[in-house]
Amino acid sequence: MADLVSHPDEVRVVSKRFGQGATNIDRYLALDGYKAVQKALGMQPDAIINEVKNSGLRGRGGAGFNTGLKWSFVPKTSAKPKYILCNGDESEPGTCKDRLIFEHDPHAVIEGVMIAGLAVGAASGYIYIRGEYRYLSEIMQKAIADAYAKGFLGKNIFGSGRDFEVYWHGGAGAYEVGEESALMESLEGKRGVPRIRPPFPAVVGLWGGPTVINNAETLASVPHIILGGAEWFANLGTPKNGGTRLFCLSGHLNKPGVYELPMGYNLKKMIYDVGGGIPNGRKLKAVVPGGSSCPLLTADEIEVPMDFDSLMKIGSMLGSGGLVVVDDSTCMVKFALRIMKFYQHESCGWCIPCREGTDWLKKTLIRFHAGGGIKKDIDNIQYLSENMLGRTFCPLGDAAALPTISIVKKFRKEFEDHLEGRPCPFEKAGAVEQLPVMA
Amino acid sequence: MRFSDQFESRFAEMVTHYPTKRSVLVPTLLFAQDEVGFLSDEVISEIAGRLELTELDVRNVISYYSMLTTKPRGKFNVQVCTNIACLLRGGEELMEHCEKKLGVGHKGTTPDGVFSLEEVECIGACSWAPAIQVNYDFHENLTPEKLDKVLDEYKKKGTQ
Repeated sequence: MADLVSHPDEVRVVSKRFGQGATNIDRYLALDGYKAVQKALGMQPDAIINEVKNSGLRGRGGAGFNTGLKWSFVPKTSAKPKYILCNGDESEPGTCKDRLIFEHDPHAVIEGVMIAGLAVGAASGYIYIRGEYRYLSEIMQKAIADAYAKGFLGKNIFGSGRDFEVYWHGGAGAYEVGEESALMESLEGKRGVPRIRPPFPAVVGLWGGPTVINNAETLASVPHIILGGAEWFANLGTPKNGGTRLFCLSGHLNKPGVYELPMGYNLKKMIYDVGGGIPNGRKLKAVVPGGSSCPLLTADEIEVPMDFDSLMKIGSMLGSGGLVVVDDSTCMVKFALRIMKFYQHESCGWCIPCREGTDWLKKTLIRFHAGGGIKKDIDNIQYLSENMLGRTFCPLGDAAALPTISIVKKFRKEFEDHLEGRPCPFEKAGAVEQLPVMA
Repeated sequence: MRFSDQFESRFAEMVTHYPTKRSVLVPTLLFAQDEVGFLSDEVISEIAGRLELTELDVRNVISYYSMLTTKPRGKFNVQVCTNIACLLRGGEELMEHCEKKLGVGHKGTTPDGVFSLEEVECIGACSWAPAIQVNYDFHENLTPEKLDKVLDEYKKKGTQ
């Protein structure tokens, strides 16, 4: 379905089997499939955890937490069953990578879930895929059925005497469910409202049992680490940022697409070389480095290695790997407005700062962009956003606030220009009134 | 209330995958909606009964998820993404184009019942923007001209 791209600088690990027909289980087996889980069956659980820890693999969903360390928080013994939950609720604007993994290499996810299960002592796993990805759910369900038919799942896997079950689960449209505790609520058949932590899912998760929740790309990386070794994987990236990453390049680029590049790859090169630069002779204005919840970078801030720590150092985040490139024809007020509309729509409504804050900010930004702004609005937008930070149970409030604060700070002049050149200096006359407003 | 055999066999299997019956609710609602077209009172009552939930429990869940609806929609639900990656590559123009061509706005349904239109949040097609989904099918790298062709095809299917 989705077109594949390539670039000479790519290092193909997770995308190694893309376009190779690996949805077919025999083809997957011919391409080293299910070798890693068999190797892991011969390893001590602690050895698996250490291998993943030492590989420097960090959560590809956006938080960037060390995966092996996350696994190590699961108690060794538990009265309640333990679970692995694969987060395939990919919904962060700018992100479209898990889609390719499910489309081209579903067995790698299953294998990753199994290895995680062996590491923490779980005997079942769930692969949660967002409702919109119906064709991918079908691919995944077939992959699971094929793995059962081969005896790789179910009782006595690979003659080891151990049992392992993997199930598919589907969503029905909700960004918030990508947050790990809301994901569990959704899987339990409820509204996707986050849970209070502590206790963390590693201790009290699905149906009260200890649960490891990892992004699909994270889990799909695991079999490669088990086969290739921690050192090999770690050396592909930068210190403490092991491996490669699927970067989703979108927006104003000549060659958008999903490219697998080493962690720490230079952002400028990613835009101008890998992504083919900006079309129509336009200039770069801003970059969303890792999905819509990340603070934006200006054109002066792109000499940076794309890894978790380097982005944090310059006040942004690597997030989910969704890189949205914005050229100089774009109105940043409108961009901020579109981001806020999204978060207002997706706020679950449980925490007041997020529910009310996103709504108030959306209304202010609509009015401001349409030419009804006053100077005080600019400070108010920043003030309101800053007051959402850290005051909600899940990171959705932060996700709405962070890009907004960065846009007000870095593109303040554009807000001021809206007061001068009403309504919007970037729009054709009359165009602003036609902006569709979502219910 | 009768669902298809496929629905029933999938439901019977899926419900065994979880320690609580309720866990099967979200995907089940979507599968039911796919068959009936929307989540009617009858569907809600049936599913609530099967999972030993109150209808209110089920309605609470339905109202949370953006794909679930208690109102009938067109045979083909055209979902236009206007989130940031699509916005930069003409997503809003596609939405406007759909509004003009279909003569309905956000969440509207054409009088012949063939199309409904929805402006949606990110559908995970950012690198192939602008994109829409018609029911579950993705259509990517669109222009208004390509969109016309896509809609004409569905129109043909819908009126056959």
